[in-house]
Amino acid sequence: MGKIKQTMSKTEIKKSVLSISENGLEKPVSNKRLAVLKTYKIYIGGQFPRTESGRFYVAKDSSGKQLANVCLSSRKDFRDAVVAARGAFGGWSSRAAFNRGQILYRMAEMLEGRKAQFIDELIQQDLPKGKAEKEINTAIDRLIYYSGWCDKFQQLFSSVNPVASSHFNFSVPEPTGVVSIIAPQNDSLLGLVSVIAPVIAGGNTCVVLASETKPLCAVTFAEVLNSSDLPGGVVNILTGTVKELASWFVDHMDVNATIYCENDSVIQKMMRDKAALNLKRVFFYNDINWNGDKGQSPYFIMDTQEIKTTWHPVENIAGAGGGY
Amino acid sequence: MPSVKKTNSAQKNNTLKLNFDTSWSYAPAPESKSAATINPQYDLFIDGQWQKPLSKKYFNTINPANEEKLSEVAEANEADVEKAVRAARNAYEKYWKKLVPKERGKYIFRIARMVQERARELAIIESLDGGKPIRESRDFDVPTAANHFFYYAGWADKLEYAFPNRTTEPLGVAGQIIPWNFPLLMAAWKIAPALATGNTVVLKPAETTPLTALKLAEIIQEADLPPGVVNVITGAGATGAAIVNHPGINKIAFTGSTEVGKIIQRAIAGSDKKVTLELGGKAANIIFEDAPIDQAVEGVINGIYFNQGHVCCAGSRLYVQESVAKKVIKKLKDRIETLIVGDPLDKNTDIGAINSKQQLETIHKYLKIGKQEGAEMYESSCSLPGKGFWCRPTLFTNVAQSNRIAQEEIFGPVLAILTFRTDDEVIEKANNSPYGLSAGVWTDKGSKIFNMTKRMRAGVIWANTFNKFDPSSPFGGYKESGFGREGGLHGLHAYVNLVN
Repeated sequence: MGKIKQTMSKTEIKKSVLSISENGLEKPVSNKRLAVLKTYKIYIGGQFPRTESGRFYVAKDSSGKQLANVCLSSRKDFRDAVVAARGAFGGWSSRAAFNRGQILYRMAEMLEGRKAQFIDELIQQDLPKGKAEKEINTAIDRLIYYSGWCDKFQQLFSSVNPVASSHFNFSVPEPTGVVSIIAPQNDSLLGLVSVIAPVIAGGNTCVVLASETKPLCAVTFAEVLNSSDLPGGVVNILTGTVKELASWFVDHMDVNATIYCENDSVIQKMMRDKAALNLKRVFFYNDINWNGDKGQSPYFIMDTQEIKTTWHPVENIAGAGGGY
Repeated sequence: MPSVKKTNSAQKNNTLKLNFDTSWSYAPAPESKSAATINPQYDLFIDGQWQKPLSKKYFNTINPANEEKLSEVAEANEADVEKAVRAARNAYEKYWKKLVPKERGKYIFRIARMVQERARELAIIESLDGGKPIRESRDFDVPTAANHFFYYAGWADKLEYAFPNRTTEPLGVAGQIIPWNFPLLMAAWKIAPALATGNTVVLKPAETTPLTALKLAEIIQEADLPPGVVNVITGAGATGAAIVNHPGINKIAFTGSTEVGKIIQRAIAGSDKKVTLELGGKAANIIFEDAPIDQAVEGVINGIYFNQGHVCCAGSRLYVQESVAKKVIKKLKDRIETLIVGDPLDKNTDIGAINSKQQLETIHKYLKIGKQEGAEMYESSCSLPGKGFWCRPTLFTNVAQSNRIAQEEIFGPVLAILTFRTDDEVIEKANNSPYGLSAGVWTDKGSKIFNMTKRMRAGVIWANTFNKFDPSSPFGGYKESGFGREGGLHGLHAYVNLVN
């Protein structure tokens, strides 16, 4: 914690020093209250553990000022998170679509209520105040947007197929399963929300690696998720380095799809290559401006959906019918 | 314990009797009225404010379960309608149509949340004012109304996906006239899609059940909607006619009788007004011999006795395949004996009060007609409360296809039972009706279900279930049951112009 203390000014440290009064009891020399610093932990299965590896890295702002010690998650943390995500998939995907919509809306409500905290963290992570406000507002509205889609995209992307034989034949989208996501490095809150929301709106569960350089909002967003009626394990959030974790995100055999949001062609090639192991669906969201209207669409939901077609015979007896 | 006599008759029919007999009886479990506030008098909700009616007239709304006055509400005349339409027009031009769609959606989400928050109060008032069992208003009417607002809120900023290759524009001011059978739910069905697509609204609830719509107006005020976006005005037929005939209205949405629907369609001839009509029905509910009989019997009971049979899509014509007819009729008779008729606020009540004296008279008229035409009437032996409007759950056997009770909508807890032998015959009989709102099929054979759903001329068909509703599922009729759909993606179309 020594490094963190450096972020406090010297006078603050002086003021917080205790002195011994005449009667021997401790007495503060000043009334100034010492702030309680938050421990930024990861989010797995609805719990906030520290990384099993015990490692940390220091998140800094652009001036080099240290913001927090952050968990340096390991391969084992990722595997634990996948177990949690797989465990949550059955329940989450079988919820009524309407219910998922209500929960995403609840997430937006919780985020709205904690706006000040996010603005504060975004400013710490180098955004000017105006942009920080815009980012949190857009993030809240984005959750509302996808809340609305939860029970609507199916009607747009389903079909009744006019097959020539006497069958009732229909196709509907269904969630693909567990999705691993490496969130955008910039837009540390909005980018994160924009990649998580369509995946869970469609009934998938996910494991997300937060922005490496700006991880604070991601951890705080996990606290929002944790108080939003979202079942544990639906969204799992890790902090750590892309370099170390990217390959595990894409070669785990119990992951169905992977989303990567940066331009690094070496990582992209590695991902395509490793994804072949179990035919993961791989999506690169590298050219998307999350701030604009192109940063949201039902096609993001459809990326992590499978189409299921059902055939059912139609009996052909009786000739009466349509004449009335 | 089952009596010896009953057991013998069951054996004679070669069926197992459902054992509903028990020495236990239900203790009263009344919902408390204290969780609801009803003002002694309600004005008109116009331009975001409660305004005294220019007509200076008020009329009483009573509790049909005891005939006691609950409140009095304003009776809007033509001048009041004029005021409401002007407020709606003003709100449309100045504010609502210019509002960013996602912000429009957020207002509707607010309404949904507030309806959820005040669900208990709304349920109590719905049961007090309309007579329906609290179990239904609590578990069906109010939550479904909230869900409808929530569903359509999400559409507000997604319309470009609903109508590919076209841009949408709102119609303007929608005049909406709703019935007394599901007062709050019908208000939600009408208001939610209209607002989501950018229209403003003048809504008139039915004269016997105005209170939950007025409560909804309170919620809309609390949700801080711009004044005039939703106006709620109360009154009877004359008020409705003033809305229909007002030149400032761009769209009429009406749910009610086929008779009034035809009057509306004539009235708007020669104008540019768009219209959707959700009218009467005489649903065929068909039981094949291979159906799971007990499940089908429950479905038939729900189909006709839900909301005292005041349901436009009620399964009021039962067609049973001859081979199982005796068994089904026996089970239905046993089952209606167990239905609890009484205080709508009692949580055990299955069948509440008939909505109004007038409706009770209509039902009695049809009971008489049914007997005169030679059908056999059977009703539950339950006792009825002394005050208020009540009707025992009733069924008719030996009904002919041409009997009026098999052709006309009774809108009460009265089931007409007919039989059939072949698929061909039942399709012919089921489709032989001026109505085409809904239908039901009961069979274990999937391919038969789809054969029936394909051939039946009705807008909603329930297979091995009945009376199911969801905001995402379109609802509306064929033929004289009206046109236009409410609910789902299809429900949006009634409130937009498609341009480009």
